[in-house]
This record gives sequence, structure tokens and C-alpha cells, in this order.
Amino acid sequence: MDLGGINPVILIATLMASAVPILLAALGETVVERAGVLNLGVEGMMIFGALGGFIVAVHSGSPVLGFIGGAVCGALLSLIFAALTQVFLANQVATGLALTLFGLGVSSLGGQGYNGIKPPPTGKLFPQALTDLPVVGPIVFGHDWVVYFSIAMTAVLWWVLKSTRVGLIIRAVGESHEAAHALGYKVNRIRLACIAFGGAMAGMGGAYVSLARVPQWVDGITAGAGWIALAIVVFASWKPWRVLIGAYLFGGITVLQLNLQVAGSAIPVEYLSMAPYLITILVLVIMSAGRKASGAPAALGQNFHASR
Amino acid sequence: MKRRNLLATAAMGVLLASGGALAQGMDKVKACFVYVGPIGDGGWTFQHHDGAMQVKAAYGDKVEIQYQESVPEGADAERVLTQMALGGCNIIFTTSFGYMDATNAVAAKFPDVKFEHATGFKREHPNVSTYNARFYEGRAIQGHIAGKMTKSNKIGYIASFPIPEVIMGINSYYLHAKKVNPDVQLSVVWAFTWFDPAKEADSAKALIDQGVDVIAAHTDSTAPLAEAAKVEGVIGFGQASDMAAYKDGPRVTSIIDNWGPYYVKRVGALLDGTYEQIDAWEGIAGGEVLIGEITDKVPADVKAEAEAMRDAIAAGTYHPFTGPINKQDGSPWLAEGETASDGDLLGMNFYVEGIVGDIPK
Repeated sequence: MDLGGINPVILIATLMASAVPILLAALGETVVERAGVLNLGVEGMMIFGALGGFIVAVHSGSPVLGFIGGAVCGALLSLIFAALTQVFLANQVATGLALTLFGLGVSSLGGQGYNGIKPPPTGKLFPQALTDLPVVGPIVFGHDWVVYFSIAMTAVLWWVLKSTRVGLIIRAVGESHEAAHALGYKVNRIRLACIAFGGAMAGMGGAYVSLARVPQWVDGITAGAGWIALAIVVFASWKPWRVLIGAYLFGGITVLQLNLQVAGSAIPVEYLSMAPYLITILVLVIMSAGRKASGAPAALGQNFHASR
Repeated sequence: MKRRNLLATAAMGVLLASGGALAQGMDKVKACFVYVGPIGDGGWTFQHHDGAMQVKAAYGDKVEIQYQESVPEGADAERVLTQMALGGCNIIFTTSFGYMDATNAVAAKFPDVKFEHATGFKREHPNVSTYNARFYEGRAIQGHIAGKMTKSNKIGYIASFPIPEVIMGINSYYLHAKKVNPDVQLSVVWAFTWFDPAKEADSAKALIDQGVDVIAAHTDSTAPLAEAAKVEGVIGFGQASDMAAYKDGPRVTSIIDNWGPYYVKRVGALLDGTYEQIDAWEGIAGGEVLIGEITDKVPADVKAEAEAMRDAIAAGTYHPFTGPINKQDGSPWLAEGETASDGDLLGMNFYVEGIVGDIPK
């Protein structure tokens, strides 16, 4: 591929930042789905977090508090979902979709009066001297803390899910809630905790859009990022590192196709525009092809009640 | 049973609507608006809603306003329009190019409801009018400023969809930048969205990463300006709305869509019975396109030139598309001194000479 006029270093640095919202939300959803819950409300939780984080950051003047606020808002919204599906055993697909609609509506309402305000800036983590280093400067040191946090979370979740007792319990609940129940685990409580965690991650991802990436509040700011995150979880076979690859691929090709347009590439714009979706799906499908199990948690989307 | 109910309701709606329109003039008009984005976008939809509010302010109790935000272009639009027509709307403004076919399809079913489609060209039924604003006039002024202010000689344009409306803007912007700066290069990014702040910000960032220092946007949100604000020395323009919040930052001037006067006029015509089908296309002269305050970042002489151009366009002594202009492939389009016809502009599907790249089909 012709990289004429495009600086790959800047490209990589940009994609790392632009993938953060999707990455955070998809990581959260990975944990939720590994616990056997399908929460389609990611988009709603993201935008609610985007608004909540924005409001907290504007009023407190602290972007860090903003991110925490975004996470709390996302978690709060996800608790509605948790209550409906885990306590009242409502259908998860319908409830998740409703959560998205609810989140979009509530944030549109709550965001009145916050248009055109600038949030406090989220600065870079490392001093300028390090950022100015060639190649490694922009890629390794040139980001705000959330970018590092998102990568660290990928590693932590991979480790927790794979090699810790907590991870084993979460997976057990997601694979066979009856067996987990028989072993004495509180299935619904564990799921509730996972849902809240997923909500917090989605909310934080949303807050990254409104606080760092755009940074301002406008209605409908997440513009479907939550759905991309949901798709990436599936195509990544519910594995954290693959989620990272998927998010970076998607973010990277989105950024690349815009850069190619600017550089006046010979590839028609239509193909460039669909490339992020196409290539991400293609790569992740190829990666998971040839394996026996699709990797989906066996109890995904099924409600559990101890009386059954 | 259900279908019968629906038909009965539809028939009743038609009867009610026709009952109202038969009278000369009306006592009360229900004016409905379909928006493509949220009112809070701070741009395109915000300005349409502002126009709707001006109608309310002008006629008070004699008018009832109804609107729906974020209506997708396509099948959903038809559903929303049908619902509005059944709900007793007398006049429906559809405020995005993509509603064109839906507007005409629904208009066929409700001959006594007036439909007004923004930025389109299809008037298949006597009850469909179209209206637009000559935004390319504002683009000419932006292009002039861009050509004078760029230091890298690279200017950018974030485009939404390849429709004549947008292509017109690109050409006008480029022509006027080129006129004052022969070395200028234009990069166009097609975002394929009217409203997606994150993608608009990414587009602006891609432009900036490649050395562009003047960015014009043809999308609806303020995100490109927010992105430009992060980098010293990059300037941009307010689009659709004044976007005055960025006056201290990158925004040096703006194109403001001022739909209010048109909406007030049309609803007024419906009230007093003088309503007729029209194809309206006003610009700076008609007050439909306003040029936002040019800030001090622009040198005084450039500002004076830009304002002189604005006044010349308003007075009708200057047309932004005045020949000689060649098409991208080098074939002549306008001869020396010739100005573009409205028909040519509304069907514009080519770049002018000097722009690199192809228009997506």
C-alpha cells in the first residue's frame, strides 16, 4: 500500500487514541458476556457516561474526576439493566435495546445547556522531552493516561479471566449457571457485578469521546461506537487481546482511510469508507476460523433463577 | 380489521386536511419540521429549529409547531412524514437533502398538505416546494480567507456526501483560494456522514497531520473546530451556525444559515391564502446566508477584501462562479465573464480544474 505523504508514526499514535472508546466499551462487554449476560445497551451506557463525565469534569474542573464520573454513570445505567434481567428475569435482548434507547434519550435531555462548553483538557502523561523523541516519542509517550489505562486493562482482564479464581468463577457462571449454582456461587450477584463493571467501562469509553477525543458535548456524540464495540467482542471470540487487536484495527483503518483521502490516494473513496468494517470483520473471522468452538459462553443470553 | 382502521384514519386525515385547505387562508396553521440531526448539534439542525422558533414568535397562537429530531434519511423518513400528515400538519418542512424521495412519495398521498423540501430539486407534485440557500456564496468568502491565510499552502475541506450542494461548496472554496494564492492545494475528505462528531474530529486530525492549516467543514457539528483548537496556527470556519464559542480559537468567520425569514414568509402565505408552489434559492442578498463576524486573527486588509466580496455578492455585482472556469478534465465550463446558471449549479457533479482526486459516485 502506498504510504505516500502519510507518516506511519503519527498514524499509529492517532489510532491508539481513537480506538480507546471502543476498546474500553468492548473490554467491559467481554466480561459481561463471559458471565453469560448479553447487554446490548452498550451504546446507551457509553453516551450516558459521555454526558455524565462531561458534566462532572466541567463542574469540578478535573478531567480525572470526569472519567470517574463517566464510569459511575455508566455503571448506574447498567444497574437498571441488571435489575430488570437478573431480578425480574426480563428478556436480555429487549432490555438491552431499551437501555440504549433510554440512554440516548436521557442524555439528550440532560445535555441541554451543555452545548458549546469546553471541558478541562486531558493532558499528556509524559513530559514534552520524552514526547519529542523520534518514533517512540509519539507512539509510546505521546498519550494521555486513559490510553495507557485501556492497554493495562486489556492485560489485567486477560490475566484475571485466564488465571485467577475470580476469572474462573465468572467463566463458570457464563458457561453453565446451573453448575455454578450447584457449587454454591450466587449466579445473579456475580452477573450483577459483571454488568456494573461493563457499564463502568462503557461509561468511561463514552467519557473519553466527550472529554478527550472530540472534546465537547453534542447530542448523539457516540454515534454508534457502542454497536461497533459489541460486534468486536463477538468477532474477537470473547478474548481481551483480540478485542484490543479488533479495536486497533478498526480505529487504525478508520484513521488510515481518512489520511489516504487527504493524501489523494488512487483508491476510490467508497472502498476506503467501508474498509474499516470489512477488514476488521475479515481479520477477526480468519483469526477465529479453524477452531472447534466459536468461543461463545454457553449460557450467553440465558436468565437464571435458582428455582429452576 | 387493523388495516381497515388504518385506511379509515388515513381517509379522515385527508378529509380534514382538505377541509382546511379549501378555505381561503387559514385561522391556524400546524407547521411541522423534520430534522436530520439533534437540535443540540450547534449547526445545521440548530439553525432550522431557530427558524421554526421564529415562526412561533411571529404568529404566536395562530401557529402550532411540531418537530422530530434525528430522523434517518430513508424509509423511516416516510413513516415520520406520513404520521405528521395524518396528525394534522398543514405544512411540513423536511430539512435535509436525503428526504427528497420520501417527501415526494408522501406528498402524493396527501395532496392538501404542503411539503417544503430543503436543498432538493424534485417537485413531482403541486404541493411540493423546494427551498435552498446559496451557501456557495459564503464558501467564496471562506476560500478567499483560506488562500490568504494558509502558510503551508494546504487547505482542507471535510465533505459529507457527494451531492451538488457539497460539490458546489468545494468548487467555490477552491476557486477563490486559488485566485489569491496560485500555489494552494486542496485536500477533500469524504466523511459520509452529516453528523458524527468523533469522525468529524478524526477527519480534521487527518488533515492537520498532513500539514493542512485551514479547514472548512461541510458537516454539522463543531467537532472539527474543537480539533483545530488543539493545534496552534490552524484555523477553521463556523458551519451552518455561527459557532461563536470558538471565536477565541480557530474560528475566523462563519456561514450562518438563516432560515427564519423564509419559514415565516411561507407559513404566513398559508395563513393569508397566498401560498403557491415555489423553488426558492436565496443567498446573501436575501438574508438567508449570513457571514459571521470576521475575527482579528484575519489581517485587516484580508478582512476588508472579504467584506467587500460579501457586499458585492449581496449587491449582485459579483457571482462566485464567473468564467473563465474549466472543469477538472480541462474542458471549458464557463467562458470569460459568463456566470453559472442555477441549473448548472444544482446539478453540479464535477470538480473545477486544479482540484486533485475524484468525486465518489
